[in-house]
Amino acid sequence: MIFLEQVIAILWKDVRYELRSKQMWTGMGLFALLVLVIFNFAFDLRVDNKAAVAPGALWVAFVFASILGLGRTIAAEREKGSMDRLLLCPVDRKAIYLAKLLGNMLFIGVVEVVALPIFAALFDVPLFVGPLLAIVLLGTLGIAAVGTLFSAMAAATQARELLLPILVFPLIVPVVIGSVRATGTLLVATANEPPWLGLIAAFDVIFLSVSMLTFVYVVEE
Amino acid sequence: MALANNQTHIEEQAAQQGGPAATVRLPIVSIILLALTSIGMMVSIGLIFLVAPTDAVEGLPQRIFYFHVPVSWIGMLAFGVLAAASIAYLWKKDERWDWLARASAEIGTVFITLALVTGSIWGRTTWGTWWTWDARLTTTLILWFIYIGYMMLRSYMGRTHASARSAAVLGIIGFIDVPIIYESVNWWRTLHPQPEVGTPGALPPEVVGILMVSLVTFTLLYCFLMVQLYQLEKTQMLAQRLRASLE
Repeated sequence: MIFLEQVIAILWKDVRYELRSKQMWTGMGLFALLVLVIFNFAFDLRVDNKAAVAPGALWVAFVFASILGLGRTIAAEREKGSMDRLLLCPVDRKAIYLAKLLGNMLFIGVVEVVALPIFAALFDVPLFVGPLLAIVLLGTLGIAAVGTLFSAMAAATQARELLLPILVFPLIVPVVIGSVRATGTLLVATANEPPWLGLIAAFDVIFLSVSMLTFVYVVEE
Repeated sequence: MALANNQTHIEEQAAQQGGPAATVRLPIVSIILLALTSIGMMVSIGLIFLVAPTDAVEGLPQRIFYFHVPVSWIGMLAFGVLAAASIAYLWKKDERWDWLARASAEIGTVFITLALVTGSIWGRTTWGTWWTWDARLTTTLILWFIYIGYMMLRSYMGRTHASARSAAVLGIIGFIDVPIIYESVNWWRTLHPQPEVGTPGALPPEVVGILMVSLVTFTLLYCFLMVQLYQLEKTQMLAQRLRASLE
């Protein structure tokens, strides 16, 4: 179980770093709230169009906030030169990937926990129903699985803030469609919906495994 | 003078590395492919505009079908080759696979753009709209974004091993993702005509025949362009090494 210990050690390092600086959490959380407020103006939310617009607004806020956080994970390590040291450690590359992924999920998760009640209040929608937790968890895993891999790629370039969303957004289209639709069915029950949760779960499993296998090629110097 | 000697020496070395046979043989391959493609293009254009029957419902604009289908096919084929070359590169660590992947990505970007443009024109005359969020169209658009992302990544990272590895990973991930994107958009909504080539009786035999000629021609064009771009990638790499050796 050395692998698991390694994962937890790297994860704990990142969490402690973030607990001290708190830059990422506050920044991401505020950003997600701002997106929700802006959407309120942009779509002039009323009772009649709420069910159609609210899930989209929620997931756009989550995706944008995730990209902000994802961009920092490896970039912060590179800026301080600690990435080389991390790679020099006798640690499996898969453990580094998994730790970074869990860290990202944790950071995005905290933002979601803060943003969800405010979203429910602002948009006046009953969101606290059972399946929502599963949808948010699986959707976040999908975004983070692809995002962590590509943040390592983008961190090696000059224009990482620009490159990361350009690389990640096209790839996470299935997650976005699935999450928005699944959240929408919670607001307005519809018959004959395809199994969106199954789609997101399949996406997660495929890209978690592929990303874990290919991460080594991205960070290798 | 010493500099010039040095240069020629490295060039000789490079030529030997690439194999003396390769430098002699490849122009012939290019010429043959170019000749075949040119003849194929003439024949295809003749068949499409003079022989192909005019569609009873859609009329003359339907002839864009003979360009749209092959161009889309090359866009997909190039992406398949890109993914295969990416896997081979990560596996064998031979930079020639990377040249192949890069060449295929460049051609694929052009052809997928053409597919979007011709499809849009055809859609305007048939469906009365330039664009619709149907599964095939949307997937093609997403594929276009992945291609552009690939090209951007390559240009930002330059010609390094890290760039080649990262791009290979992107090529593989993108290739796996495309069917999932297709399925998800398909569940979301769809309108595109189902492929009618395999179904017996759906298309007249001469239409299928002309489409096949056109497909083969465009595949030859792809092969010709691949040989040219592969050579270009190789030359650029050698030029970069020469420059690095002089500094």
